[in-house]
Amino acid sequence: MSEQTSSGYIKHHLQNLQFCSTEQGWAFNTTENPKLCKENFSTFNVDSLFFSVLLGAIFLFMFRRAAKKATTGVPGKFQAFVELVIDFVGTNVKDTFHGKNKMIAPLGLTIFMWVYLMNIMDLIPVDWIPGLAHAIGIPFLKVVPSTDVNVTFAMSLSVFILIIFYSIKVKGIKGFSKELTLNPFNHWAAIPVNLILEGAALLAKPISLSLRLFGNMYAGELIYILIALMGLYQIPLHFGWSLLHVLVTFLQAFIFMMLTVVYLSLAHEDH
Amino acid sequence: MDFNMTLIGQTVAMIIFVWFTMKYIWPHLDNAITERQDKIREGLDAADKSQLDLELAKKSAAETMRDAKEKAAELLDQAKKRHSEIVDSAKDDARAEADKIKLGAQAEIEQEVHRAREELRKQVSVLAVAGAEKILQRSIDASAQADILDSLVAEL
Repeated sequence: MSEQTSSGYIKHHLQNLQFCSTEQGWAFNTTENPKLCKENFSTFNVDSLFFSVLLGAIFLFMFRRAAKKATTGVPGKFQAFVELVIDFVGTNVKDTFHGKNKMIAPLGLTIFMWVYLMNIMDLIPVDWIPGLAHAIGIPFLKVVPSTDVNVTFAMSLSVFILIIFYSIKVKGIKGFSKELTLNPFNHWAAIPVNLILEGAALLAKPISLSLRLFGNMYAGELIYILIALMGLYQIPLHFGWSLLHVLVTFLQAFIFMMLTVVYLSLAHEDH
Repeated sequence: MDFNMTLIGQTVAMIIFVWFTMKYIWPHLDNAITERQDKIREGLDAADKSQLDLELAKKSAAETMRDAKEKAAELLDQAKKRHSEIVDSAKDDARAEADKIKLGAQAEIEQEVHRAREELRKQVSVLAVAGAEKILQRSIDASAQADILDSLVAEL
């Protein structure tokens, strides 16, 4: 990477590998034209999709294997580990969510493990996988899917749709609209004010959920890239930052899961 | 902020992942954990119960042991008593027997003495008759003087 400038290096690391429909047909962005797919809604961030689906598949494969072999007798070490995660998620869900929805716990588990696996990709040194990819002719590669705003928003919007779905299912359209219009001021004249307040609160849920994760991971990755520019001094700095990020990756995954459960639990509560 | 089709693709992936977890992962593992928890609970209860049983068994064993000791001591006492009784009665028997034998022997001795005395008397009377015969130097009908001889013999 010696031929690159610092800003070029950073920009290169923050550029997704993209595939989009252009006037000349479907194409990848290239080193010569990295912004080929900018502001084009047909774009697929190939690297984000690939790594997130790969990590999700690893999660499913691991847990499915444990589930198939699950015995009620003495568990093996792998099963014990998987059950530890299940129990961790299950306990948190049970403490927060008091309804009878069989979807919440698996949803929480999927979100927790998936986000966690995506987050810990940032512990892999920033140049390893992109460097390998460069060697076989792939110009760009972002390996941490949770630094892609599309990925975090896809999850938070799915959660948002579930919030609205369960709000309407549990409270009915009437109950849900009452909640939006007659809170916090229970008077017909205050309906517009209430709608603005409650609407903002409702919309803030998915936005805060996804932006929190995205912001944390994007900033963390950016600092990794900056540290990687520092020559020999980067070694202790990388160590320190990674130490912090071992916590951050877990914490962000946990927060995403917990807030999802809390929001869905609120959606199930009839006032 | 560059939103694009990735959003849709990622959403589809998430729906599939959550569905898979819900259908094929969570129920199996959750059931396994719950069942094992029940098993462990039962096992612990059983362990507590058996500990209680063990304590009871120990107590009853100690009781049985004490009873047995008491009975053994009692038996020993009885045996000792019986032993001394037997010894005493044997002594008494032996003494009675010895007395009987002694009495028999004494009777026999007395009889013997009596007989010997009778013999002696007879011989003495014979001697006396013979002496008297010689003294009188004549033949005397022994039977005619038998009453005199008898009274002589009785005087001896």
